[in-house]
Amino acid sequence: MEDIETQNIELQLLLQAIYLKYGYDFRNYAKASIKRRIQHRMLKEGINSLSAMQHKVLYDIAFFERLLLDMSINVTEMFRDPSFYLALRKVVIPELKKFSFLKIWHAGCSSGEEVYSMAIILKEEGLYERTQIYATDMNEVVLKQARDGIFNISKLKQYTANYQKSGGLESFSDYYSAHYDHVVMNKALKENILFSDHNLATDGVFGEMNLIMCRNVLIYFNRDLQNRALGLFFESLGHEGYLCLGSKESIRFSEYSHAFEDVVREEKIYTKKSAHEEISAYD
Amino acid sequence: MISINKRFEAVVIGSSAGGIKALTTVLSALPHNFPLPIIIVQHLHPQSDSYLAQILGAKTRLTVKQADEKETIVRGVVYLAPPNYHLLIEEDRSFSLSIEGHVNFARPSVDVLFESAVYAYRDKLIGIILTGANHDGNYGVKKIKQMGGYIIVQDPATAEANAMPLAAIAATTVDVILPLVQIGPYLLQLVNRSTKDSHLFK
Repeated sequence: MEDIETQNIELQLLLQAIYLKYGYDFRNYAKASIKRRIQHRMLKEGINSLSAMQHKVLYDIAFFERLLLDMSINVTEMFRDPSFYLALRKVVIPELKKFSFLKIWHAGCSSGEEVYSMAIILKEEGLYERTQIYATDMNEVVLKQARDGIFNISKLKQYTANYQKSGGLESFSDYYSAHYDHVVMNKALKENILFSDHNLATDGVFGEMNLIMCRNVLIYFNRDLQNRALGLFFESLGHEGYLCLGSKESIRFSEYSHAFEDVVREEKIYTKKSAHEEISAYD
Repeated sequence: MISINKRFEAVVIGSSAGGIKALTTVLSALPHNFPLPIIIVQHLHPQSDSYLAQILGAKTRLTVKQADEKETIVRGVVYLAPPNYHLLIEEDRSFSLSIEGHVNFARPSVDVLFESAVYAYRDKLIGIILTGANHDGNYGVKKIKQMGGYIIVQDPATAEANAMPLAAIAATTVDVILPLVQIGPYLLQLVNRSTKDSHLFK
């Protein structure tokens, strides 16, 4: 029978080793999922304990890089949850048109599919030229993919359907050029996107944002780390700033549940309460 | 009256093709005061959202809901994995969600739920495999048995699709194979008996 207590000690030591050696902090990730992914990498590599894996992580950088890709989930798609993007277009975009300059932070952007989705909406709504998008991720490998804007052609059918369901106004094929098995997103879409390295577990606040997107990232964090990230978002948002989370994520159980209010409840679109409202919310 | 001696503390169920009817049959046999939480992965179309909770909720005396991220698991409640997310149980007995890739071509995957449930409930877990046309769950049932838990499999002859029950039976020594209509009553008996036994030992 497996000795779960000992395994948990080994897991904690492994995460500590990764943090001390490479600076990636997974110690406050939700345990069930990270443990599962690490154990599956262990089996795949034919390693028989987490302690042995710790040794390999410390001395074999190439191995660590493979493990890092397992540890950060990089599953995403364009216009993921079309109903969310429809709500963004119908409810949030008209409000953003009031501003003469916009700053958007996409935290945990992974390989960039959702960043390009946002760029397309901003183009169609005439906001792109006055927007600066900061797209960040902790993983350099996926960040490079995002910067390149090259995606597998096999997914395009689904992306096109998503785009149409999300209220797209043009022909989706106008936004990319197809080459054999991949597509390259139009250069014009990334002119105002700055891709950079940022880790929600260890890095700090990011400018005065009008909107922050962070979808399906917080589900991998434990409550403490969720509160840390939400704190960063709260501090990074300007007056009337919007926060958009994944459709199964909620601020309801967090320390910040009183600091935001619902804009579109079922799509997890929130807005930051002003300092005055925030005080009254605690009455 | 949560007793540490209690033999079982949770039920996990995996089902796929034909599963909605099978789940209805099993759950409708259970009383409103069923003493354990029941956590279910039913393979669904990714965009199907919350209709399953409504269907099952209308046919059972138990509360049926979609599992929320970080929600604490409560006994007597039936929790469903949300479509297009893996559902995992943390050792503190709350839920986590994940959108990592499909496992056994499925998200949610039965194996992902069962494997995490093993770490949370160890030998106090009952796993049930119902009808389905794939092999999802066969790794999970093996893990549950390794840790000393209990496995019930639907008799393949009574399953709309028999591949999933057959795969589970092939994967490990299951405790009991039952026709669909007997699973609910058997589960109730199993849980009540073990609760009574634990009182005797106290």
